[in-house]
Amino acid sequence: MTGKNETWVYAEQKAGHASKATLQLLGKAVELGKETGSPTVCVLVGSGAQGVPRELAAYGASKVYVVDDPRLELYQSEAYASVVAGLVKEHCPEIFLFAATDVGEDLAPRVAAKVGTGLTAHCIDLRIEKRDGVPLLHQTVPAWGGGMRIDIVCPKHRPQMATVKPGVFDLPVPKSDSNAEVVDVPAQLNEKHFRARTIEVKEEAQRETPLTEADAVVAVGWGAYSLGGIQCPQELAEAVCGTLAGTRPMVDSGWIPPDRMVGQSGKVVSSRLFISLGASGAMHFTSGFERAKFVVAVDQNPKAPIFQVADIGIVGDLREVLPCLTEEIKKQKSSKG
Amino acid sequence: MDIVVCIKQVPDPEHFSKIVLDAKTKLVRREGIPVVVNQVDKHALEAALQIREKFSGRVTVISMGPPQAREAIEEAFAMGADGGVLLSDRAFAGADSLTTAYTLAQAIKKFSPFDLILLGNETADSGTRQVAPQLAEFLDVPHVTNVRTIGFNSGDTLIVERSMENGHMKIEVRLPAVLAVNRTINEPRIPSVIDIMQVATKEIKVCGLADLGLSSEDVGLVGSPTQMANLFESRRERRREILDGAAVTAARQAVERLRELNAL
Repeated sequence: MTGKNETWVYAEQKAGHASKATLQLLGKAVELGKETGSPTVCVLVGSGAQGVPRELAAYGASKVYVVDDPRLELYQSEAYASVVAGLVKEHCPEIFLFAATDVGEDLAPRVAAKVGTGLTAHCIDLRIEKRDGVPLLHQTVPAWGGGMRIDIVCPKHRPQMATVKPGVFDLPVPKSDSNAEVVDVPAQLNEKHFRARTIEVKEEAQRETPLTEADAVVAVGWGAYSLGGIQCPQELAEAVCGTLAGTRPMVDSGWIPPDRMVGQSGKVVSSRLFISLGASGAMHFTSGFERAKFVVAVDQNPKAPIFQVADIGIVGDLREVLPCLTEEIKKQKSSKG
Repeated sequence: MDIVVCIKQVPDPEHFSKIVLDAKTKLVRREGIPVVVNQVDKHALEAALQIREKFSGRVTVISMGPPQAREAIEEAFAMGADGGVLLSDRAFAGADSLTTAYTLAQAIKKFSPFDLILLGNETADSGTRQVAPQLAEFLDVPHVTNVRTIGFNSGDTLIVERSMENGHMKIEVRLPAVLAVNRTINEPRIPSVIDIMQVATKEIKVCGLADLGLSSEDVGLVGSPTQMANLFESRRERRREILDGAAVTAARQAVERLRELNAL
């Protein structure tokens, strides 16, 4: 498939605003586009999101394809895949990026299969490198629990498609004076596109800051089991004005809700401070906080691999260390005012 | 109701840290790493067995992998699956998600008429979550991922709930369909000794490239649009300062350092 040299981003919106994950992706798309000399284009599907293209323009989109249809108010897997794949077939972009969200992770694979191209899941880096003189998107993914990296390429098929978890790329600085060409695209749909029909979306109120946006995160691992409950870790989380999270075993045991799981199959955290309590440091966990600025780890085993990926490691019994740590942080914060 | 369950044998996630990169060959060394049935696939099988118990029918498991992946199918037999198909051929090796979905779809078309296909939402090894939607596309049926409950409506319609980051979706799905389930859907049964003894009475159908009538150009590494360009070890450098004094002292020193680093 040869087509326009364009970098596309699938734009997700909620309540009339582009999602943060979309804008992060857009920032990266613009960066990639500078290298290949290609414009950045967004695809926006839904109902009644008039203000969104302007927002996308501010973050670097030069064109937005808008598929606005009341039947697409809720995410409909087959209908969305059909309209998005239709646009891809018509315009043949070079690169197409999706956020690895509830919608993106479900939609991108079906679009890729419709178009017959490759899709790389959960990339942690994207860059252009030339191979035999041809610019190729190198899509870095963590492998084998995160200790290794693989660069994936899609040499013969277009578009080169990838998903990226929220929080992997930084939010760019918007430019208020930017404009994007808005192209309205009619949705050509029939009954068959609604064999799976979303009839209701129920959202629960967010209790705390989403993990991907938290400024500080306190994560408990299996070693925290000795504490008998999450009260002490929760206190530390509050002391650092952070969010409580955990490893897969702690989610499986019911201590931590699934949306608070850090790691390869959970969330990627890019907080300023990350405190690990009683996690030994399995790679599928540690890959989730590589982007954190400062990492503190507490574990009683001095040989635990967690200390290899921490800035400050405290070797000791959590039941003794944790109350002291919380106390010291509270003191520090109050002296700062 | 005819139900197909796709399962995968994966390296035991508990042993991932033992998988190393050979500096010379640039290949992953995973000898001696135990293999298990991908955990969430057992939840998919459990869901299938429960539906069969309610409505009668047949549960067939399909797996693509090396010859030893027959162990995974035997485990599914012990849990109660009726039939098993193992897609095993050197030509299938190295398939990405698109080619995996394509190969599974061709096998299902050939051997397994279905009303419902169930999969685990993701595998522990590659974890792309891409195979279910792509399988559905190749079979031209609807799909739902991240399913946490399956309810039966009238006739050939299901009502399923899909877990979301911050809530859930309710989706009406017309059969035949592909559903990828998550671990909250059920608790997989533990086979009894009698169940395990019955494994020997069930036969695994082993199929290669020729049995499926496929071209080697379309499967495995050769047929995969995505390729591996580089494999490298990567770790972000950290300070690795260790404090191992008494709890009170260590905590004070840690906070002192965090203050110096402007991390609080």
